[in-house]
Amino acid sequence: MPNVSDYQWPPMETRKVIGKRISRVDGLPKASGRAKYAYDFYRKDLLFGVLVGCPYAHARVKSIDDSAAKAMKGVTAIEWSVKPGSELQWQGQEIVAVAAETEETARDAARAIKVEYEVLPHVVREDDLAAVGNRAKAAGEQVTGDPDTAFKSAAQVHEGFYHIPVLTHCCLEAHGQTVEWTPNGINYWPSTQGVSTVGGDLAQNLNVPANTVHVDMQNVGGGFGSKFSADHWGVMCANLSKNSGGRPVKMMLERNLELMTAGNRPSGFAQIKVAADQDGKIVAWQSKSWATGGIGGGGAPPIPYVFTNIPHVRLNHSAVATNCGGSRAWRAPNHPQASYLTCSALDDLAHKLNMDPVEFFDKNFELTARADTYKWQIRKAAELMEWASKYKPRGSSPGPVKSGVGLAVCTWGGGGHTSNCLATINRDGSVVIELGTQDLGVGARTIIMQVAAETYGLPLSMIDLRIGKNSYPVSGPSGGSTTSGGVSSSTRKATVNALEKLYEAVAPSLGVQPNQLQAVDARIQVKGDPSKAIPWKQACAKLGTTPIQEKGFNDQRRPEGLNASGVGGVQMAEVSVDTETGIVRMKKFVAVQDVGLVLNPKLAESQMNGAVIMGICGALLEERVMDQQTGKMLNADMEFYKLAGIGDVGEIVSVLDMRPTTDKRGVIGIGEPCAVGVVAAIANAVTNAIGVRVSGVPMTPNRVLAALEGRTA
Amino acid sequence: MSAKPPRPPVDRETKPKRSNFSRRGFIQGLGVGGGVLSGGLLETALPNAAEAAPATIGPDPVTITLRLNGKSTQVAVEPRTTLLDALRNRLGMTGVKRVCDRGACGACTMIINGKVMYGCTVLAIDAQGKNIETIEGLAPEGKYHPVSEAFVNNDAQQCGFCTPGFVMAAKNFIDLHPDPTLEDVEKGLGGNFCRCGTYVGIRPAVLEAAKKMKGGARNA
Repeated sequence: MPNVSDYQWPPMETRKVIGKRISRVDGLPKASGRAKYAYDFYRKDLLFGVLVGCPYAHARVKSIDDSAAKAMKGVTAIEWSVKPGSELQWQGQEIVAVAAETEETARDAARAIKVEYEVLPHVVREDDLAAVGNRAKAAGEQVTGDPDTAFKSAAQVHEGFYHIPVLTHCCLEAHGQTVEWTPNGINYWPSTQGVSTVGGDLAQNLNVPANTVHVDMQNVGGGFGSKFSADHWGVMCANLSKNSGGRPVKMMLERNLELMTAGNRPSGFAQIKVAADQDGKIVAWQSKSWATGGIGGGGAPPIPYVFTNIPHVRLNHSAVATNCGGSRAWRAPNHPQASYLTCSALDDLAHKLNMDPVEFFDKNFELTARADTYKWQIRKAAELMEWASKYKPRGSSPGPVKSGVGLAVCTWGGGGHTSNCLATINRDGSVVIELGTQDLGVGARTIIMQVAAETYGLPLSMIDLRIGKNSYPVSGPSGGSTTSGGVSSSTRKATVNALEKLYEAVAPSLGVQPNQLQAVDARIQVKGDPSKAIPWKQACAKLGTTPIQEKGFNDQRRPEGLNASGVGGVQMAEVSVDTETGIVRMKKFVAVQDVGLVLNPKLAESQMNGAVIMGICGALLEERVMDQQTGKMLNADMEFYKLAGIGDVGEIVSVLDMRPTTDKRGVIGIGEPCAVGVVAAIANAVTNAIGVRVSGVPMTPNRVLAALEGRTA
Repeated sequence: MSAKPPRPPVDRETKPKRSNFSRRGFIQGLGVGGGVLSGGLLETALPNAAEAAPATIGPDPVTITLRLNGKSTQVAVEPRTTLLDALRNRLGMTGVKRVCDRGACGACTMIINGKVMYGCTVLAIDAQGKNIETIEGLAPEGKYHPVSEAFVNNDAQQCGFCTPGFVMAAKNFIDLHPDPTLEDVEKGLGGNFCRCGTYVGIRPAVLEAAKKMKGGARNA
């Protein structure tokens, strides 16, 4: 086995493939419509499944009747997930699924199913904590230092109320799958973030051996944290197939169910009191916060965010159980809410202190875990935003259309998840890389191939990469920005191990020891001596009849310098606000992020840009609207569950901190952190523009106008 | 199952001309390519068309002929089936994506008689006789359209589920606006949504593709 040091990333200056701006390798199949997703499964014998969700926020099933549906021509199976007496806790919760020869027939059959409900009392809104009664569960008070005394002796105290709503993941490819229950096992084509894990989940719920479930997923149309589980509908779909003679059944959620039940991000509400001394140093924080993540409660934003070393702190948080779909991990779980709540309150405190927020945040970075990082980043971001010339004291922008700037901070862990990689070098020179991982569109395929090509000294086109099946070596699910660190490290190790074996086969013919060889420019050569070299293909021809096959393993707890965890970022927004219409427009956004070693800047910048745009949606447009009267979601569609369009996002400047000091930390995933601070930065920019705080997001025209008129909306 | 199509498709190579207009021609024209022309005639001629009393069809599937990417294709669909579902569920043409299914998101964008349409808002039976272009027809196997290539060059996609719709919208937009500005692009592609947030790449991709297509790559 090679030494651990051999696994290290090559020095920045010698890298030929990693670190380069290479286009994503699966770009053309996707941009030509040829890439296949779970939703695209098609076969002549395919049956179509339709899922029926509960129409009420809270109800008990009195009776069920599927006789009319069963009698319909073309219906092959019906699968119930409730029985008389079952209690349903949210609108959209799974009731029954139907499989039929055509989707139209399946929909007709779904409509023909009769369920009688006893409607029970519900709570679907959490904005008024006093109104939710025993649905709120207090986590217990946490106190650090002596906040009461600190508030009394502080030079400036600010109190404010801030809120951020529940968002849904709204993956464009709905949740769902095709399942084919054959005598030889269960073929399972899910839309998932966990190729190596979701099969076991399905097996457990079906009570069949895990080794009989065969997962295959080559592309996924968005997950954002909501697609880890096999889900009830996966289990129901499998049973539909079983009861339809084993024919494949495809069942993807309709858009309304997707938005009601397939994942959301918890809300965040907080009454915050924060104080500073006469120098502008934060001395005390007190908050009473609450959130809902559905019937299970959930969602505790880590506040005060980033400024974790404020000396005097009192925290009270309550989880509110509502009759709404359950929350799921959503791109940096709890962080966007925490960043919004914290950075809004701090921005308001800076205003009371008559301080420029850049100066105020910079002064207080001593209270964070990575002061040096943030200090460098805030200078960089301010320079790119031209903050010094754009910043004006709050509310001093002239005219009816006002402009303003605001800032926020973010942090995230990352690291590399458990990942196994299998690397094969064949005698004809072809190479195969196999991992049971997935590419959510972030570029996993591309970076894995870059790592392999770098190690072998081969062009990218020679790497035959195979992912997306649970028959490949186990790799972790894609969550928490851990994939890039995991798969790049396991691939590096596997390819280094395989190359070591190739060196052993080639060394005698070059008359040197294996450790004197290097792989470069499709040759195996004596280190530093290109005259003593063998082309890659001829080198591989020296293998016996058995190909080289080596494993690489990334241990989440022992990254061995290949990947790391813990990043910070600073984000700044510039907006214009029309005070006559209340419309907020994005002018410019700057995100500065440290991410360790950047395997592919082109793709990493796309990740950052995408995260910023998702944050813009959350700041200005997106919110799940629940109606307490009926218990229903009022915008379970894409007309009224609003996303930003191409004209809504303004200029975006994403900067990766690629200095050698961050590079040497190894690979750190970037999916989560850049999505964190955007809402807060935009909220602060709007406040800076119009002179008053819009107490909640999204900052819709109605809310902006209400804030200007001094009323609540 | 009725074997007789309700509106026999007429695959005419030439579009009906305004001067040749007759009621007979109009009724055929309903099912024929001709975009702007037949659309403009509809309003004035509609009262007379009612006299033609079309036969009742459905609810069983009927066999229709669709002119898909220049080829006539027969498919059996129920009258209520959308063009989107006919392509995806009956013909296995899955480049066109189903996302909102309500005409809001643009993932099922295709080009019908030279105009971008959402496939989820068009009934398959109403698409008979029209020229339907889908992402599958943009380039032959093994080749790629300049718009697709520009999307890759500018990393204008992540998960890629919105991308085919965007590519079709962009292709048609460039055909109609060969020399667009960035502002034009932001207006012209406002009918498509991306969840991963790839607009930063899409903007230069469309500009790049427009330049290339002006240089003669249009029919690649």
